[in-house]
Amino acid sequence: MANKLIKHHLFWPLSVLAALLLFNLLYSPDFFRIVVRDGNLYGSLIDILNFGAPLILVSIGMTLVIATKGIDLSVGSVVAISGAVACLIVSQASDQSAMGVIWTAIASSLLLAVLLGVWNGVLVSAARIQPIIATLILMVAGRGIAQLITSGQIITVSSAPYQFIGAGSFLSLPFSIFIVGAVLLIAALLARKTALGLFIESVGSNPRASRLAGLRSGTVILSVYMFCSLCAGIAGIILSSNVSSADGNNAGLWYELDAILAVVIGGTSLNGGRFYLMGTVVGALIIQTLTTTIYMIGVPPEITLVVKAFVVLAVCLIQSEAFRKSIMHRWKKRKYPAEQEVATHAS
Amino acid sequence: MSNRKPVLEMKGITKSFPGVKALTDVRFRLFPGEVHALMGENGAGKSTLIKVLTGVYSIDSGTISLDGREVAISGPLEAQKAGISTVYQEVNLCPNLTVAENIYIGREPRRLGRIIWKQMNKDAEALLKERLNLQIDVTLPLSHYPVAIQQLVAIARALSISAKVLILDEPTSSLDRNEVQQLFSIMRKLKSEGLAILFVTHFLDQVYEMSDRLTVLRSGEYIGEYMAAELPRFELVLKMIGKELNLLEELPALSEETKEASGSVMISSEGLGRKGAIEPLDLQIRKGEVLGLAGLLGSGRTETARLFFGADRADKGRLVVADTGQGVSSPRSAISQGIAFCSENRKSEGIIDDLTIRENIILALQASRGWFRPISRRRQDEIADEYMRLLNINPKNPEHIIKNLSGGNQQKVLLARWLLTQPKLLILDEPTRGIDIGAKAEIQKLVLSLSRQGMAVLFISSEIEEVIRVSDRIAVLRDRVKVKELGREQMNQHDIMQAMAGG
Repeated sequence: MANKLIKHHLFWPLSVLAALLLFNLLYSPDFFRIVVRDGNLYGSLIDILNFGAPLILVSIGMTLVIATKGIDLSVGSVVAISGAVACLIVSQASDQSAMGVIWTAIASSLLLAVLLGVWNGVLVSAARIQPIIATLILMVAGRGIAQLITSGQIITVSSAPYQFIGAGSFLSLPFSIFIVGAVLLIAALLARKTALGLFIESVGSNPRASRLAGLRSGTVILSVYMFCSLCAGIAGIILSSNVSSADGNNAGLWYELDAILAVVIGGTSLNGGRFYLMGTVVGALIIQTLTTTIYMIGVPPEITLVVKAFVVLAVCLIQSEAFRKSIMHRWKKRKYPAEQEVATHAS
Repeated sequence: MSNRKPVLEMKGITKSFPGVKALTDVRFRLFPGEVHALMGENGAGKSTLIKVLTGVYSIDSGTISLDGREVAISGPLEAQKAGISTVYQEVNLCPNLTVAENIYIGREPRRLGRIIWKQMNKDAEALLKERLNLQIDVTLPLSHYPVAIQQLVAIARALSISAKVLILDEPTSSLDRNEVQQLFSIMRKLKSEGLAILFVTHFLDQVYEMSDRLTVLRSGEYIGEYMAAELPRFELVLKMIGKELNLLEELPALSEETKEASGSVMISSEGLGRKGAIEPLDLQIRKGEVLGLAGLLGSGRTETARLFFGADRADKGRLVVADTGQGVSSPRSAISQGIAFCSENRKSEGIIDDLTIRENIILALQASRGWFRPISRRRQDEIADEYMRLLNINPKNPEHIIKNLSGGNQQKVLLARWLLTQPKLLILDEPTRGIDIGAKAEIQKLVLSLSRQGMAVLFISSEIEEVIRVSDRIAVLRDRVKVKELGREQMNQHDIMQAMAGG
């Protein structure tokens, strides 16, 4: 029973998350407190969910890409591009709060995001460029495109409905949480209720055998890159809406790395094959909680990245079965001679 | 011989995995200058014992002694240092490195920390030439060469590490007759030089041709050690199977049955060819017919099968599926026209190693249904259950990850995958390579019963006896050209071999 619990793929991610939350609780007893103000819930936990929403979205998309033995480095740039397009359209409208404008902005930026996904997908599946290189192109070029769209400036918008997407509340909770929930649900349904999940895992595990079994691996790969880009596009809208501005230079910076980390912490292997959506969500929450914790305990800004790196290293080591085994092994070996000595003394 | 000291002695070896006891109190010893065959059916514990010996697995209890000294082999590197070298069943080298690099990887000749490439290539060339009579360009990537050569390179690598014990795990399963003889002469030479060779193979002929001594395992237990000359074949098989039922005895009866004349043409090729693979070829396969494809390795057997399935594209001639009147452009189009193909490379082109037995079985059917018509989980369980029972797949749990299964069971899962698509033509490329006698007999029987139900089968095997046993008609290939077609009455080993060899 206990063994089965430990073997479950969510055991280690959840334990790490629990440990992080516990640390926060010890450090600041208010951490778990949630207050109701103006009918809305406020508190650190809510903040983690709210600010973590874009990362969770990007990570969900990244999970499917990684499951096909791929990787998408361009998500951060897609976040910036989609935010820039949406803000540009809203800012140029005569009535920034008209619903028509908002819908146009969302639709165009998501469409562009999907097209960027097609670009990545075609490079990987048709041109057979290695995913890390293929998406590196858009990672670099995308930043430039985002700055072209914003003309190198930070575009600000003042539109209540647009702001609602990333900063509004619905049923007492941040609206972004519902967006994440919806995307997660769609991803889970696509993966587990259609055959897409099986195809993704099959292509990721053995592309040659999959082709001979009659799978259209190209289509599968194209779709996951499209989906991943779409997720990044949604994340870009949420991020820009949250601050009512688009910054082509810094929006979504290093998101690809956090997302890859979240996927790996969640138990999906970079070698492709089996993937775990819920694991990824927990992984993204771990990273977001860590960021919050670092700010809260007042780590000097110049060393926050170093602290983060150490915690991430620790998390990865705990996740590694080989590492756990070698620790256990040493532990037992260390104890063994002592026990033996006790035994000889006793007799 | 009994007064000599064994170079290797294993005693009381026990190893269990979660839920299974793989080895129970197993003994094994190996003398210098002998070839010792390790015998047993799939799941008998041969692979586990070898992995224990090479340090891949650690043992729960028991002792391993080398030259009389007890040793603990904690990993493959330690095993190599101790003088135990292994050549595995499936070639375990790096296909995109050169031949020379593959031989010397990790032990490259160096000067001031830099690799001396010239010397490495020269050494590799000399090694291959002198010890394996093989003259090839060692600077080409390994993947450039056919499996047989790759196997020899693997052996060369093992030889180049000064070994006291050489383990050959199914070394002959992908070699043709000449290559097997070449390998055997190398083995004899090494034996006379005092090397101890542990030999694992499923071919009984080869066991009796090569080995001095046999150790038989069954279900992880030690059955006994025998001198090969003193143990008749029949008794050996009985010891391996451990029951009165003798599958080998039953088999010849199958081929005696005369079958009704085959049906109409199912698929035919006209001048079908591909540069460097197979010269233009005319071949017809009829409904309900087993067409055997015989030929040495490199004769174009596999290449023909791949063209029929659309796995490779033909650049000459055409292929027509009679029912649809269409050709075959890709595996997908082949499958949609009722063609199924079990590749000879089970590991790289067959199984999806991370997935379960159930998922591997339904894969091809699901692929042809597309994304949005998933097979319900209940139906999947029923299918898995049905086919696992039909083909006697072990373990019985459909949620088992396929990479942990034995070769024979993986092969059966692949057969299940294709049978589920209800093909009209089943192409089997070396379906019985590296699997035990029991599973082999089951697969051969299955082929016959399928053809009786009207399925066309293209059967490829390096074992001529097997091809004769199951085929209604045999096409012989030599150097990428079809040289002969033989009907049921004309089949005999001598003629087929002569056609294969030419001259």
